[in-house]
Amino acid sequence: MTVHPEVTGSDLSESTGPLPAGETAQMPNEPRTDQAAGVGTAPHSGRAETIFRSMATASGAIIVAAIALIALFLLIRAVPSLRADTVNFFTSTEFDTTDPDNLRFGIKDLLMVTVLSSVFALVIAVPIGVGIALFLTHYAPKALARPFAMLVDLLAAVPSIVFGLWGFLVLAPKIEPVQRFLNDNLGWLFLFADGNVSIGGGGTIFTAGLVLAVMILPIITSVSREVFNLTPTAHIEAALALGATKWEVVRMTVLPYGRSGVIAGSMLGLGRALGETIAVLVVLRTSAQAGNWSLFDGGYTFASKIASAASEFSSPLPTGAYIAAGFVLFALTFVVNALARLAAGGKVNG
Amino acid sequence: MTSLTKTELTKFDRPVKAPAFRRVGTARRIKNNLATVVFALCFAIALVPLGWVLWMVVSEGIGAIVSSTWWTHSQKGILPDQSGGGVYHAIYGTIVQSAVAAAIAVPLGIMAAVYLVEYGRGRLAKVTTFMVDILAGVPSIVAALFVFALWIATFGAPQSAFAVSLALVLLMLPVVVRSTEEMLKLVPDELREASYALGIPKWKTIVRIVIPTAAPGMISGMLLALARVMGETAPVLVLVGYAKSINTNLFDGNMASLPLLIYQELANPEAAGRERVWGAALTLILLIAALYAAAAVVNKLLTRNR
Repeated sequence: MTVHPEVTGSDLSESTGPLPAGETAQMPNEPRTDQAAGVGTAPHSGRAETIFRSMATASGAIIVAAIALIALFLLIRAVPSLRADTVNFFTSTEFDTTDPDNLRFGIKDLLMVTVLSSVFALVIAVPIGVGIALFLTHYAPKALARPFAMLVDLLAAVPSIVFGLWGFLVLAPKIEPVQRFLNDNLGWLFLFADGNVSIGGGGTIFTAGLVLAVMILPIITSVSREVFNLTPTAHIEAALALGATKWEVVRMTVLPYGRSGVIAGSMLGLGRALGETIAVLVVLRTSAQAGNWSLFDGGYTFASKIASAASEFSSPLPTGAYIAAGFVLFALTFVVNALARLAAGGKVNG
Repeated sequence: MTSLTKTELTKFDRPVKAPAFRRVGTARRIKNNLATVVFALCFAIALVPLGWVLWMVVSEGIGAIVSSTWWTHSQKGILPDQSGGGVYHAIYGTIVQSAVAAAIAVPLGIMAAVYLVEYGRGRLAKVTTFMVDILAGVPSIVAALFVFALWIATFGAPQSAFAVSLALVLLMLPVVVRSTEEMLKLVPDELREASYALGIPKWKTIVRIVIPTAAPGMISGMLLALARVMGETAPVLVLVGYAKSINTNLFDGNMASLPLLIYQELANPEAAGRERVWGAALTLILLIAALYAAAAVVNKLLTRNR
């Protein structure tokens, strides 16, 4: 970590006699020699030091301010539209902003599509991501583990529009039989019931969820990998000494130790999936009816709804409706990311 | 001793329990092998979409990008059903928008990281680390909406490439702060202490000793951050319109970029549109790959010279 020049600073102030309280607050960051040797640069470098430190602090403060400003400005723009909303914002499935005098918008359907597609993506991506992380940390040959990990990270480098393109033009036609099969055989379950868009078109939550799963795989893998790597060798060796097989070692030491990391990684992945815009916008077909929690529904997520209307942002009230949806999305991802941080017990990478 | 018979003696000689080392039971062995296979399969599964996406983009896009006009011309005057023209205007837009974003985000991010690593104590530092994590999780569409609400709706500025850059700054900042933070933490304290011992003030130590030492990692971190924002589509969708020709005015008018061009041409049902879509996707991936390669080279070269 960083040096703690406070110690040298306070030594100094004791030896040179009492200093005014205001000065000691700034002195500690000065190295001893400046004053002790009487170099004479002290006043100058003191000012430079103050300026530099204020600049650094201001940069940190700007980041904090940015988050506050995001919340503030979204709210400012959203509130007038929310006031003008003639249906309930939380329970309506309508989203009609064509008539500024009769705004009818609610987020129920957006929330359903957003949550269902993200959770579906998570259900697929978490087991696979954890499997990959285990493979990379405890199974793959040491020399190959790094290049293999880079391959998985490459998935994160592919822009989301390219994933959308692939999902819409390539993946959707290919997995149509799978969707039909699930719909025919498991249709009694609400998840696989007939949706409000045609399976033949491919633009279902099922397809979108698969694309999202691919997109959040790298983050889940990399966070899990990091914690799995940290499993204390003593735990692993103790398990081995008791005669555990490799799988038993993984089950009894690596997985329990890395649980918080897996949760944190999944939360970060969920945050990504909730906010993913363009891939979902390209893949999902839309429907006039609201969905009913089926994977074969279509519709809009928060993000894709906003993006789809972006070219029509002209008059303030209709735009405010989308900004209100954006604020809900912001709040949602804020909570999910804060939970991820909490689960990891500190800073998480992503 | 006398009480011990011969049989009892041999009983003591024998271990109390059966041998500790027994062969691993069949069920356990099967489970173990199964687990190995499953984990390896998980890895293989992840490679499928990666290979598939890259293969599709390369095989579908290669036809467009080898055309002589692809890198040197715009789409000016090209009809939707007409193939030909190029994406020079979109490459220009992509590079300019992300470069302007980098010009703002890099200094700000580096200073914030310096604050967190070198100065940050107390509440503000804690809040800042937390907010960097939150900012990293802000969806790009929310960043775009924020810039729209602030820059366009409140200040009344027109839709422009600069607005896109502002949104990209928000997306780039956390990446820059994170990677810089990591690199600054790797600088050994001995270097800082040696500098202090020579009477060099803290700020000068940071500028002349700490940052140059961390520079290779920092530069490659910046390049990766740049690569990340290059492919962002949501901000360009909300904050700027598509133009078929080159626009050099950063502050007004429509400006194309590769993601926007892809999105625009997706709505074009003609074969020429499809060709452009895949071609632009390949171009974008090549740009990003170039940045990744540059990051790796910078890291290697600068670290070796040390």
